[in-house]
Amino acid sequence: MNGIHDLGGRHGMGPIDIDPGQPIFRADWERRMFGMFILAFAGGHFNIDQFRAAIELMHPAEYLESDYYEHWLHSLEAWCKANGSLTEQEIEDRVQKLAKGDA
Amino acid sequence: MSDKHVHKHDHQPSDISLRVKAVESLLVEKGLLDPAAIDKLVDAYENKIGPHNGARVVAHAWADTAYKKRLLTDGTAAIAELGFTGIQGEDMVVVENTPEVHNMVVCTLCSCYPWPTLGLPPNWYKAAPYRSRAVIDPRGVLKEFGVNISESKEVRVWDSNAELRYLVLPQRPEGSDGLDEAALANLVTRDSMIGVGLANTPGAKK
Repeated sequence: MNGIHDLGGRHGMGPIDIDPGQPIFRADWERRMFGMFILAFAGGHFNIDQFRAAIELMHPAEYLESDYYEHWLHSLEAWCKANGSLTEQEIEDRVQKLAKGDA
Repeated sequence: MSDKHVHKHDHQPSDISLRVKAVESLLVEKGLLDPAAIDKLVDAYENKIGPHNGARVVAHAWADTAYKKRLLTDGTAAIAELGFTGIQGEDMVVVENTPEVHNMVVCTLCSCYPWPTLGLPPNWYKAAPYRSRAVIDPRGVLKEFGVNISESKEVRVWDSNAELRYLVLPQRPEGSDGLDEAALANLVTRDSMIGVGLANTPGAKK
């Protein structure tokens, strides 16, 4: 697919953020997202091509503006919704509940 | 798969954190996910699997010509000899830096990277500036990393994909004669195995 993810050769993406001190995970949610992906992958919920296909279907603006592991979240959610494991409503309800601190 | 999640445009980091937590807690409740298994995986990739593995491969290749030959012929098998196997390292190609050729690795499409030998990629490797520019201006990118490659030297850029991962075998630095493999491995940096750096010289500041 010739989408926004196909970045090779584009200009104007800015300087490379070379910081040798950067940790592998910059926040705890990145750790959890990484682990969830590996387990879902190992559990056969999607293969690597399906996983990437969902990322490649992201809206171009969203793709460029969002964090790397947010792409992973997007794909995990897309496949969980596709196979019936999760619904958008469920996720939104749980987010609300967590935001109020009672979950 | 075609539905667009445009609502995420407004997400702030705190929202993302909550959303990840929501997805995890729902999948755990449904019995689809074991949170302890996440902890184990994170610990492995944060603390155990990393560029020190690749450094051992490089040091062994510098010290043992027969191994180096095997490594350049069948990277996957030679790396497995040292015990480094697993996901995102199923098919490995090792490219050798020489006085005539400098190699560097990118994944323009995403973030493909040899996990068993290098661990998880640094953030810049996964971000748009490096991915876009490595293939169109490799010498400029190398300069940004503080590496100046003479115009007479060829620069080869290898674009990784989901099936095939590359590891650069950096040039053995001058002054490293007589060092044992452990000391050699200490000279090998992560960046030198991606090709955006060189191996350290013995005694030089890191």
